[in-house]
Amino acid sequence: MQKITRDQLIEKAASLLNDGTVKVVLGWKKGEFDYDITPAVFETEEELRKEFVWSDFCGANFSKYLISKTRKIEGKILVFLKPCDTYSFNQLLTEHRFDREKVYAVGIPCEGMADIDKVKEICGDGIASIDCSGEKMAVTTIYEDAPVMVDCKDVLAERCAVCKSKKHVAYDELMGEEGEVLDCDRFDEVAKLEAMTPDERFAFWQGELSRCIRCNACRDVCPACTCEKCVFDNPDSGVENKSPANTFEEKMFHIIRAFHVAGRCTDCGECSRVCPQHIPLHLLNRKFIKDINTFYGDYQAGAEAGSRAPLVNYTTGDVEPGEVFDRRDSDA
Amino acid sequence: MNQREETLIPKIGVISDVRQDTPDIKTFRVVTPGGVKVFEHRPGQCAMLSIPGVGEAMFSITSSPTNEEYMEFSIKKCGHLTDWLHQAEVGQYITIRGPYGNPFPVDDEFAGKNLLFIAGGVGLAPLRSVINYCRHYRDRYGRIDIVYGSRSKDDLLDYEEIVNEWANDKDVHVHLTIDREQEGWDGHVGFVPNYVKELGFDTNKTAILCGPPIMIKFTLDGLYSLGFEKTQIYTTLEMRMKCGVGKCGRCNVGSKYICKDGPVFRFDELDELPNEY
Amino acid sequence: MRKCSLDSLNLVFAEIAKSQKLYLPVDQTDGSAAFQKWEEGTVYSNVLNTARSAKDFFFPQTENLMEFKTSGKMIEVVDTREECEDFAIFGVRACDAKSFEILDRVFLVEPVDSFYASRRAHGTIITMACSRPSETCFCTAFDIDPAAPAGDISVWKTETEVFWQANTEKGEALMANIVSLTEECTTEAVDEQKAKITAIMNKLPLAQVTTEAFGAGKTKEYFDDPKWDELSEACLGCGTCTFVCPTCQCYDIKEFNTGKGVVRYRCWDSCMYSDFTKMSAGQPRLTQKERFRQRFMHKLVYYPENNNGLFSCVGCGRCLSKCPISMNIVKVMKAIGGK
Repeated sequence: MQKITRDQLIEKAASLLNDGTVKVVLGWKKGEFDYDITPAVFETEEELRKEFVWSDFCGANFSKYLISKTRKIEGKILVFLKPCDTYSFNQLLTEHRFDREKVYAVGIPCEGMADIDKVKEICGDGIASIDCSGEKMAVTTIYEDAPVMVDCKDVLAERCAVCKSKKHVAYDELMGEEGEVLDCDRFDEVAKLEAMTPDERFAFWQGELSRCIRCNACRDVCPACTCEKCVFDNPDSGVENKSPANTFEEKMFHIIRAFHVAGRCTDCGECSRVCPQHIPLHLLNRKFIKDINTFYGDYQAGAEAGSRAPLVNYTTGDVEPGEVFDRRDSDA
Repeated sequence: MNQREETLIPKIGVISDVRQDTPDIKTFRVVTPGGVKVFEHRPGQCAMLSIPGVGEAMFSITSSPTNEEYMEFSIKKCGHLTDWLHQAEVGQYITIRGPYGNPFPVDDEFAGKNLLFIAGGVGLAPLRSVINYCRHYRDRYGRIDIVYGSRSKDDLLDYEEIVNEWANDKDVHVHLTIDREQEGWDGHVGFVPNYVKELGFDTNKTAILCGPPIMIKFTLDGLYSLGFEKTQIYTTLEMRMKCGVGKCGRCNVGSKYICKDGPVFRFDELDELPNEY
Repeated sequence: MRKCSLDSLNLVFAEIAKSQKLYLPVDQTDGSAAFQKWEEGTVYSNVLNTARSAKDFFFPQTENLMEFKTSGKMIEVVDTREECEDFAIFGVRACDAKSFEILDRVFLVEPVDSFYASRRAHGTIITMACSRPSETCFCTAFDIDPAAPAGDISVWKTETEVFWQANTEKGEALMANIVSLTEECTTEAVDEQKAKITAIMNKLPLAQVTTEAFGAGKTKEYFDDPKWDELSEACLGCGTCTFVCPTCQCYDIKEFNTGKGVVRYRCWDSCMYSDFTKMSAGQPRLTQKERFRQRFMHKLVYYPENNNGLFSCVGCGRCLSKCPISMNIVKVMKAIGGK
């Protein structure tokens, strides 16, 4: 259950639309079921009242859409940002990817988003409706007469179960109560991978990445992947490929992508959310974040707009490559 | 080993002659390693040519089917594969598969008609096959007019053939034009669409258009103003292709595959298709 | 119709696997199911459908077409085709079984695609009725009956028994192999299950989805519909819908140099990708809207136009559950079809 309500968001959006502050609203649009929610552009209060939704299934991070929408749409865009979305927002600003003046950002609190696959693990397939308005989530299926009451904590998306921050780091206006940066155990899974032997770790990633179908959804949704022309789409790059021709290429695609977003990835978790094959891609990124924290001191990409990331900010105190190597040895 | 036929597996061709037609167009003559024609085709059909490791692409067969010895392809330098082909020498092997696409209706709808060919630049390439076919069976057709224009005299494709052969044929009327005045050129100067209007053809004709989209657009307007109907005008379309046989799925305009249902279309047929080409 | 006990299903698998490779849906570590080769100990999954469709068996994501050897100006074409070995796929759902018919109309029409044809000729399809459909299922909109799936053999599974019905010669041949492990039976239990499935299908949230508004001759009506802008607004341009789709069949032909020669291969391609129609001379589908529209117009209008009204969608629901932005063919059908 979310603390802020759909009605409150619609009121806010409608008033900003009606007083001319913004031209359009970037929000979530209802689907066929209660969980298949689509990012959409709303232009009128009527559209908002009809189709705008806010629930535990509004996981989509709108930050990246601001790049294309600010170019396309005349006038200001109202965007609703959950705390984690604001980190992506800042990171994109740091990289000058959109015009801040064209955006009116409203920070909204988030109690964590649900993962529909986890809901189905508990309730099974055949979902008829999901009511997120109560303390517990009420899931009705066509196979059971009574709704199954689900504890929201049990169906939290992985990224929300280890939420790093309830604090908004960018906004023009804040709704609800501001939260705080959290102490979380998001690196526990990375630590488990680090504790493996190289062979075990290789086998783990081999198993996960072998499921990849190269749909590029992880790349296309990623707020850090904003190249105008991706190297993997460019026939002249020599590494362009449309399909997993062999297992090496799959690893190469994901590893190169992880390297390319290293230091810029805010750990928003969209890559793993959209992966149709459930590959835990966020673990690659988190490994980089963990290493950067270890070698250069704690750094959170997107926490501050305009900040220089350690990987692009040479200082005399930087860890020496040899030291990195030694630490690797002492970890093993 | 599977003995079943497979159109995707190409035959081997050898470049037996290369002619520099214009600064950026070369005409390649292709035969089998044994020196004979690789396969038969109809006027307007295409073939997939490739250099393994470089690429494969669809090209109009510019020679007439009545040529029993070889096939020819006039190819403009405009990408990876065509750059490579322009470097190729006589004796170079290539792969070739086809023929693909529907031909011009030379034996039915064109038969007995006066024909008006209108081409711009490399757009003459697909028409050359038809023109030479009609010249070969000269008495099956009425009067033939050919309006052809290019940027300059040097950019006119098949210039020698046009002035030395086509222009000398009975009842074949060639009208050449270039975009700008040029020393040594005493012919017409101006763009193709305007020239067509100036020439003011009567409508007792079937028109066949090929050239850059902008030329097609304005020439069409001109033909309509002269009173031509859509059912009297033909053209060819170009889209990206991979398989050539309507399976890889990328060259469709609406429900028609350009590789299989095209490239030849009559304008009333194009009207039925969405405007996405 | 013949039956065996559920407990003896593994023995039947073992028997089938003696004469040919047998593939069936198996649970994966991520909670989904995937077709996997049966070996002693392999457990048949209870998951409704595999994450990837069964089209992979006949139209794999990548396959080599031929090789070239080059030296100097010479080129040699090496035909590397091999006749496919016999194989059987168990547990194909009615939707995927129908997708083969749709793919056949692309690959088996002249000129026949010999790569696809060889696999098709050697594959035996054993389908499984859907006793527990999902909310994302809408196969009935395409006149597919999940209670009586097509295929060489149709199978129904109850709590205790498995029922087998051969539909083709290929199916009969396979059934002959397992005759000692099955026994002749009446259709009563199966009829009962069919009735149950039909009742469930009517209760599904997408039971009312209809193709009425679509089919041949609708290009003009829908092509310039302003709703395409809105529907494609959030599309990421990824290939998820295409790659999980059992009927998407577009492919690219590419090459790589092995050092010893050039291998020409084909791989799945997606009309959602920006370079799909890009030429050196231009790009007829400039924005995501045109690419998005192509995908749905193809399935709902162009394909039926070329195939006697048959739609190129089987209502499997994979795109509904996998699209990163939850945009899919059902939403398109309702918006464009005005329902």
